[in-house]
Amino acid sequence: MRRLLSNRLPPRTVVALAALLLLIGIAAAGPWFYPLGSTEIFEMSRAPFTPPSAVAPLGTNALGQDVLGLLLLGARTSFAIGILAGLIATVIGVLIGMVAGFKGGLLDNALSALTNLLIVVPQLVILVLICNSVAHRSYALLAAFVGTTSWAWVARALRAQTASLRHRDHIALARLNGLSTFAILRKHILPYVLSYVFMAFVMQLGAGIFAESALSMLGLGLSGTEVISLGTMLHQAVESGAFTDGLWWVFLPPTVVITVTVYLLYLLNTSLEQAFNPRLRRH
Amino acid sequence: MGTDSGPPRHPAAGQLSMGLRLTGRQRYFLVRLSWYLLALIAAVTLTFLLPRLGSTSPVDSVLASLNTAGMSAAEVAETRAEFTRAFHLDEPVWRQYLIYLGRTLTGDLGFSAVSYPNRCWEMVSEKLPWSLLLILPTIVLAWILGNILGTLAAYKRGVFDRLLFPLAQFVGSIPFFCFGLLLVFVFYSQLAWVDELGAYSAAVEPSFSLSFAADVAAHYFLPFASIFFIVLGGQAVGMRSLCIYELDTDYVRYAKALGIVERKIVYYVFRNAILPQLTGLALILGTMIGGTLITEIIFSYPGLGTMMLRAITTNDYPLIQAIALLVALIVLALNFAVDLAIGLLDPRIKAGEPIGDRR
Repeated sequence: MRRLLSNRLPPRTVVALAALLLLIGIAAAGPWFYPLGSTEIFEMSRAPFTPPSAVAPLGTNALGQDVLGLLLLGARTSFAIGILAGLIATVIGVLIGMVAGFKGGLLDNALSALTNLLIVVPQLVILVLICNSVAHRSYALLAAFVGTTSWAWVARALRAQTASLRHRDHIALARLNGLSTFAILRKHILPYVLSYVFMAFVMQLGAGIFAESALSMLGLGLSGTEVISLGTMLHQAVESGAFTDGLWWVFLPPTVVITVTVYLLYLLNTSLEQAFNPRLRRH
Repeated sequence: MGTDSGPPRHPAAGQLSMGLRLTGRQRYFLVRLSWYLLALIAAVTLTFLLPRLGSTSPVDSVLASLNTAGMSAAEVAETRAEFTRAFHLDEPVWRQYLIYLGRTLTGDLGFSAVSYPNRCWEMVSEKLPWSLLLILPTIVLAWILGNILGTLAAYKRGVFDRLLFPLAQFVGSIPFFCFGLLLVFVFYSQLAWVDELGAYSAAVEPSFSLSFAADVAAHYFLPFASIFFIVLGGQAVGMRSLCIYELDTDYVRYAKALGIVERKIVYYVFRNAILPQLTGLALILGTMIGGTLITEIIFSYPGLGTMMLRAITTNDYPLIQAIALLVALIVLALNFAVDLAIGLLDPRIKAGEPIGDRR
């Protein structure tokens, strides 16, 4: 990581990172500036399904709520869920993967079996069953559910990386010096895999945003009346018939924001991969 | 990576600790099969356990989904008792689990709560073929074509690669349902090339006739496209980078120096890069099928995903459980199929090398 930062970042990485930060910045600050305050966003003061106009730049939805206001607040919620879920998944995955790869033996077998199990049993199935049994789903709870079910990828990759490092001389030396497993992992393994950890977080962030919208489409997203996310916006657009009636201003904005965000995260990831892996660069 | 000459035979090849003599492949298939049986039991256990983690009792949610307004207190109590018995909720939890495990493994998915005397299996099996029709041909075709395109892009580079690669990267990263939403908007709402969503026209009765097949095919295109192009793009991008790695190896340089025909070299590269692509496919099957189910909702496609949405909105708890289990089963079965393909294609498994962590 340090080596990467000391060199210049590849232009594609800079573009993707800048665009992402801009999006997150708009979503984080937007609801303060538009419309006026966060309580007014949910007011059903206008006619339903009015097309974009000077009063409502992105029109209104089935309930007569302003779509732009909802979009800004919804993006903020979705990003928050994505970041929180990504952090949780990355921390769990890094811990389990590093311990399994470093310790080996029975512990490795048990942790790897758990990891592989979580890869073959689809995440959506687990999430649907958990979310359906919980009456009130806040954004933090959703993020926790998503994070604790999506770490398997991170663990799998980190396990392989750690296993390839554990027989290096400096690790053996650290062990001879009596360092604890945790200290060796933190001081002597983590720096080597840090670039990968960051890439894993970027992927998990996208996966978190995707999982939230998928759950919302099934009606298992955030519960409560005065909450909104990109996923619940899509769910409402489909349920209210706005989608089949082609009322584009209701469903295209959240669709475009999800698509662009997921693509930028992917672009960031692949450009970083190229920076770390010189063989993938164009000759 | 397997080399084309084949790795040396492992000394312990074909020997199980019990002294049974098995070929490398047979041993691999046995190990994989027992792993999937374990995963199956774990999936069944999860569908039993997870719904019990929450605060809502299944009987309450069943009663809430029924119209109890016109019932007297005694009738409600009687219904509650009947459901408690039907779902074995009067038994201790470990007993409930054994009953659930036993009946599920014999293919009994229990009763639906909302349409009570109906069995979940009957309801779900009506939707299963539609979901499979959307999942199987799409993923298989897109995977094959994506790998061919990726190999070509890596080998040819140049304009072909420069034009196609960024496009494939973009398309390959979009969630299925976002692409589906865009397709429906353009081809249904705006251009009206498709006059109706769903899997077939509402006016047509499903039957095994040529006209019905034509009707299904006409409705199939949009949902197919919304999954196909994304898997295609994703697989092409993955295969491209794997092939670029392969092209940089000594055996390729040697083959080129020998003057071997290009097509043959591309074939070698393809063969070696396809194995990690198969492993990769196994890893993303769960996500792909989850995405397909959500996409069904967009197209009002009569599959398991749309049924899941209905089961959730009507609070039909046993039906949600049944669909979840069936989806998990589909993913497990497809994973096993991919593992079988790996077993047939990987020369290391044939040679009986110990199965390590492959890419």
